[in-house]
Amino acid sequence: MNPFSVLRACARHVLRGNRAYWAWIGFLLALIVWGGAAYVEQLRHGLIVTGMRDQVSWAFYIGNFTFLVGVAAAAVVLVIPAYVYGWKPIKELTILGEILAISALVMSLLFVVADMGRPDRWWHLMPPIGRMNFPSAMLAWDVLALNLYLVLNVVIVAHLLYRGVQSRPPSRFALPLIIVSIPAAVAIHTVTAFIYAGLASRPYWNAAILAPRFLCSAFCSGPAILLILFQILQRTSDIKIKNEAIWKIAELMAYAMFLNLFLLGAEIFKEFYSGTEHLVHFTYLFSGIHGHHALVPFAWGFVICGVTAFLLFLFPATRRNPVTLNIGCLLIYASVYIEKGMGTIMPAFTPDTLGEIYEYAPTLHELRVGAAIFSVGFLIFTVLCKVAVPILSGQFDPRRHASAAESAPTASAA
Amino acid sequence: MNSDRSRRDFLVGATAAAAGMLAACSPAARERFFRRHFQELTPSEIDARMRRLKEDYDRQLGRPTTVSARAALPNTVYGYALDLSRCIGCRTCVYACVKENNQSRDPQIHWIRVLEMKKEKGIDFEGANPYYDPATVPDPDHFYLPVACQQCRNPPCVSVCPVGATWQEPDGIVAIDYDWCIGCRCCMAACPYGARHFNWGEPSLPAKEANTNMHVLGNRPRPRGVVEKCTFCVQRVREGRYPACVEACPVGARKFGNLLDRESEISKILREKRVFVLKAELKTEPKFYYFYSL
Repeated sequence: MNPFSVLRACARHVLRGNRAYWAWIGFLLALIVWGGAAYVEQLRHGLIVTGMRDQVSWAFYIGNFTFLVGVAAAAVVLVIPAYVYGWKPIKELTILGEILAISALVMSLLFVVADMGRPDRWWHLMPPIGRMNFPSAMLAWDVLALNLYLVLNVVIVAHLLYRGVQSRPPSRFALPLIIVSIPAAVAIHTVTAFIYAGLASRPYWNAAILAPRFLCSAFCSGPAILLILFQILQRTSDIKIKNEAIWKIAELMAYAMFLNLFLLGAEIFKEFYSGTEHLVHFTYLFSGIHGHHALVPFAWGFVICGVTAFLLFLFPATRRNPVTLNIGCLLIYASVYIEKGMGTIMPAFTPDTLGEIYEYAPTLHELRVGAAIFSVGFLIFTVLCKVAVPILSGQFDPRRHASAAESAPTASAA
Repeated sequence: MNSDRSRRDFLVGATAAAAGMLAACSPAARERFFRRHFQELTPSEIDARMRRLKEDYDRQLGRPTTVSARAALPNTVYGYALDLSRCIGCRTCVYACVKENNQSRDPQIHWIRVLEMKKEKGIDFEGANPYYDPATVPDPDHFYLPVACQQCRNPPCVSVCPVGATWQEPDGIVAIDYDWCIGCRCCMAACPYGARHFNWGEPSLPAKEANTNMHVLGNRPRPRGVVEKCTFCVQRVREGRYPACVEACPVGARKFGNLLDRESEISKILREKRVFVLKAELKTEPKFYYFYSL
């Protein structure tokens, strides 16, 4: 079977689904249209439709970008034990982690594009015709790293699925690529952290601890999504996912959560105990300054969610109980989303470098564009999972899909 | 077989359509889209681009303009010194700058920000107020600190720009190619002085208020979605004139000149006064100095 007919069979499989499936796809497409319209407005009027201004020049878009790079990096949490230690129960599921990485990368790149003042000049970043500021600009490194990591994951996923359709084992080049994806995942999030950590003008970011904090929080949030997905698949598909595998991932997450809280605590101690002028950004985040405290509830929200999730994952009894496990997953996801989005970007700009306090809040335009980008990501994730799940469970028969579709092309399109 | 052919037909068709669309664009539109980086242009290409810019601005402003690309003068590095004992916080410089440099009036962009600070606290940005509005200045309990681009010798904005759209000229002016900036705003995050400003909306410049004496790296009208900042009035200083803020200051607090010329006013101030720079600990090494004459 050649790649094109496999691709065609996959496409036909994606176009078949029950009512719930189409309702979900329809919901995502509706959000994409609704948010896409907001982006068209942004293209027409400029970034003035956002809540950002000179004082807070990065906000919601860049916060989401940062969070999603972390989600993309987290696929590595599954790859390490599966391949380095040959840990069987997770091995088949690694591919789902990589599908998540692909979706998260597409979303993070879209958030960067949404934040650009001149998206029409994207080609200035393409090395042969553009002009990349290597090696000094961290964003240039990041664009390169993210795109390479995206290509790497697309190649790995496509290869594993292609071989899966043919019921053949992966080629011998697959494993080296998968091993390379481990340092690549660490690299993308480190480089993203360095964009911020390298700026001496922003003491809130200019700390060596920033990159380790980014990695730890990513290793909490990324697997949380996968744990929920695995439990859904346990109930709705024929993939054999052992509880043991879920518990193992939860245990790894507990370590990451501990480190995440420890590093946050270390940073908070240093700032509050020494109490230099740099403290003002932390004060703004946790207690507000001069009557500005929009972020305070969110700040305590992410701390409380993070600590609760850690406790739930720490004790074997609660991380093995599906109810408390899922509550923990939602809490840690919310915690990291708030911490990376609102807690990492906005306090660095409040007050600004000249001491002015501009309290940022996202506009409906930004939320709509964000909803559209998340919908694109979920759409990619849904479509790839729709193909990958039957392949993984050995139920995907391309010949059946192909021949059935050939005989009744109109039915498959409907 | 049949489907292979249709796929090939589709690809051929799509390529032809894309090429057709590109060809259908006017040469000017294509030139604007594929404009190359300013520093990569040959002298004749610079001349050609200046002519096209002039045509654009003549049309936009409804009167003849001049767009210069005059290069840095030899043996010249510009420096600036501001006398905090004299500054009264009147903001005359702010509006002279807006007029000279064609900043957007709505949304309003100011390259100079005057901060009001408490005398008892000294230079403390945390308590600074840029929106002071007393009946008369100066207020007896406050002093005033105007801040614009500090024209660093070690500009963090230049290192972080992912596309090299901003750089330091041989005369020390940090310049921006408005046609190359992608609007990512890394430079704004990197600048410790809040000197860089973004065109969040479509800049508006009433034609009758426009300054038609322009420099390509300076005060020509900016497009939406790019970053801009003080250039020491590159269009003036490379013609041997003072920046607009120096001329406008009613109390003579602003001094400007060539740091490489030992006889210039700026060199004398550096020798005879005790000067300092803002946020010296960041090692940006500004060429914008402050001093107290009293």
